[in-house]
Amino acid sequence: MTIAIKEIDSGQLWNFPGGIHPPERKQLSNQGSITPLPLAQTFTIPIKQHSGAAGDIIVAVGDRVLGGQPLTHAGLNNGLPVHAPTSGTITAIAAGRIAHPSGLADTVITLTADGEDTLVTMPPLLDYREHGRSELLERIKQAGIAGLGGAGFPTAQKLALQRPIEYIIINGVECEPYITADDCLMREHAQTIIDGIEILLHLAGCDKALLAIEANKPEAIAQFEQLLPQHPQIALRVVPVKYPSGGEKQLIQLLTGQQVPSRGLPLDLGLVVQNVGTAYAVARAVLAGEPLIQRVVTVTGEQVSQPGNYWVRLGTSVADLLAHCGFQPTPTQRVIMGGPMMGFTLPDLAVPVVKITNCILVPSHAELPPAGPEMNCIRCGACADVCPAQLLPQQLQWLAKAKDYDGLEQHHLFDCIECGACAYVCPSEIPLVHYYRKAKAEVRQLAREKVKSEIARERFEARQERLEREKQERLERHRLAAEARKRAQAEAVAKGADDPQDAIQAAIARAKARKAAQAAAAAKQSDDESNV
Amino acid sequence: MTFKLAASPHTHSRRTTQQVMRWVYLALLPGVLLQTYFFGVGVYVQILLALATAWLAEAAVMRLRNRPIAHAWQDHTAIVTAVLLAIAIPALAPWWVIVIGTLFAIVVVKHVYGGVGQNLFNPAMAGYVLLLISFPVQLTSWPLPSELAQLPLTFGDTLHIIFTGFTQAGHNLEQLRMGVDGITMATPLDSLRQDLGQAMTLTESLTKPIFGSLGGIGWAWVNLGFLVGGLILIKQRIISWHIPGGMLLGLLIPAAIYWLFHPDQAIPPLMHALSGATMLGAFFIATDPVTAATSNKGRLIFGLLIGVLVFVIRTWGGYPDAVAFAVLLANMTVPVLDKYTQPTVYGHGGRS
Repeated sequence: MTIAIKEIDSGQLWNFPGGIHPPERKQLSNQGSITPLPLAQTFTIPIKQHSGAAGDIIVAVGDRVLGGQPLTHAGLNNGLPVHAPTSGTITAIAAGRIAHPSGLADTVITLTADGEDTLVTMPPLLDYREHGRSELLERIKQAGIAGLGGAGFPTAQKLALQRPIEYIIINGVECEPYITADDCLMREHAQTIIDGIEILLHLAGCDKALLAIEANKPEAIAQFEQLLPQHPQIALRVVPVKYPSGGEKQLIQLLTGQQVPSRGLPLDLGLVVQNVGTAYAVARAVLAGEPLIQRVVTVTGEQVSQPGNYWVRLGTSVADLLAHCGFQPTPTQRVIMGGPMMGFTLPDLAVPVVKITNCILVPSHAELPPAGPEMNCIRCGACADVCPAQLLPQQLQWLAKAKDYDGLEQHHLFDCIECGACAYVCPSEIPLVHYYRKAKAEVRQLAREKVKSEIARERFEARQERLEREKQERLERHRLAAEARKRAQAEAVAKGADDPQDAIQAAIARAKARKAAQAAAAAKQSDDESNV
Repeated sequence: MTFKLAASPHTHSRRTTQQVMRWVYLALLPGVLLQTYFFGVGVYVQILLALATAWLAEAAVMRLRNRPIAHAWQDHTAIVTAVLLAIAIPALAPWWVIVIGTLFAIVVVKHVYGGVGQNLFNPAMAGYVLLLISFPVQLTSWPLPSELAQLPLTFGDTLHIIFTGFTQAGHNLEQLRMGVDGITMATPLDSLRQDLGQAMTLTESLTKPIFGSLGGIGWAWVNLGFLVGGLILIKQRIISWHIPGGMLLGLLIPAAIYWLFHPDQAIPPLMHALSGATMLGAFFIATDPVTAATSNKGRLIFGLLIGVLVFVIRTWGGYPDAVAFAVLLANMTVPVLDKYTQPTVYGHGGRS
């Protein structure tokens, strides 16, 4: 597959199949500017906030730390450090609630703030073009930057792969309803984002970036239209409003007409995709030396009285965030981390805001009514019409319910991006994505078990082999020892030593003589008795 | 405080199965009103009988299956099945005809296979075919269009003839169906088939009064009514154009070619399009999602297949109309169509 550079440079846009137009409801939260959230008293910082391994904890309970000071040390592999969001004292390091759909626990560091908010930064690298590539990548890694768009892939790692890159795609689409964090960031910090894009271009050794913004963000678009003429490397692409045009694979299809190969990476097409928030964080890390300790979070929904966008320090609990925004829960309230299409509900509010948290949505019943009862599928095919991956959601659903894992494989279950468009349109309100997630987990579990049983089988066979081998070796050793003994004896006899056989023969003779003597004595005694 | 957990997405288009079905039967209205205008209020009586039977049958079956009755009633699929079957049969057919047909459609064709969404065959058409094979006379005894009818028919007469077989004045259905010349009149398609079979030419046959201008008196208007309703469904995105488009093309292209070569011995294409159950079949019956192919390519092939089958059966088959048979035959091909018309999944070598 080769990229049609001429068409892309001419500004051509392609289309992707399917997609939906759910109510956007973005005006609820994008009216004001981004407000810094007042500091909380305690912060809980999960040590793993990206996709990859957690770093090693380098602080202990009782330590006093400054804001921006690393709390973990990234290992050699795909680790990233986390930083203290403000100055204070480490009061606990233990298992705690993290932002995870299943309410999973992980190691979290609890920080009690001292209220002074003393921050430390790394030295700025204003002349970044003079610094080596590895130094810049190390800076981005030390700043703890992971993809802020949702997946949380370490940014430096994405850029470190030595492959030719045609375009860097900067994702400012934000197609998920309600969320306006990227929109407001683009409105207020367009120049910093551009700086970040230039750093990314420098690192990638490529000279073309495509900045994609959905057509429903006119203010953000106007900002870039004004600034971009001075930055010819960056081309603005206004993409039509359709969910999920901000999905990485769909955006690539929109901008380049290409499809990322199944199980492949955008890099296979010579593309790297980064979120606008990530570009902003990269600029701050390189040009200001700031580690990633805060991000923009949209707080929205009709159950908060002050919806909007907030600069939130990472580790702030959702409870603190919502309390500040005037949260009034209803009896069966749902608190959604993320948007209405792909977000997950939180069981309680102790969960902290992390690097990938872009939105907290607390809807009223009226605006997002809870799902109705699941009815039978009527095979209407509405799901297949909207599926951006061109899957057959309906067939997948039958196969998932039947636990037909081979069939699921044939229908490419793992190419599902879980965007939720199918479930959104399903007239029978079947929670399709839920079934796919469950089936994926089951398939993964089966694969794990298969690997485990394969390992167990190999170990068992190896053990049997070893036992047999040891037995043979033992027998062989005994045989050799016996032979050596005999040979040694024979040699000793030949050298004139006593033949052990002689001693045996002598012993036998002695025993026979003794028995004969006893028999003779017994005979003599009986003769004497009979004589009496 | 703990909060409610739910799986994403947390938002829904709010178009439920019930709404989809409601659109379907509301879109039937133009056709049904025209059918009533031409063939009398018997159409309503048949619809009411079918609805009552369908609801009762569904309730009984759901109770036997230990499932909530309201669950089945809520989706309104039984209403669509009942109405489709009721308007497919002659308006003055005896009451037990529609009752048997509806019972068969709901109990055997739908619920024995597992209820809504599980049936292989279109319930209304399977019911229709059962009736056509079992009661051919009743199923082909269409009343005359009101313009040609010699005997006036009141509402009371309609009820009388459906429930007793005679009007209040004592006329039976045969007498009602006589034209001015005292000869029982068949439907346009039926008379054409008979005439062409008896080596009459098209021009000769078309002189009969039953043929008005286009597809036969009344029939053309009824078909246009269903066409309008069908277009509304496409506009509302309840159905896609692929099945009706495919079916009309599959019917009209071979019909036009055949007609060009045998101009006086073939049913003209326009007549094909606007008589019998062509439009009802194309927009309302073949598009039943449960029993149709699911991908757009599959739907197009499914529609084409029905159209071709309708043409073949109308031209060479033993029955005057063919939509029901064609739909059932095409239903059988759906699993194969679905298997071989899967779209290329993203990232598996497809092009944008």
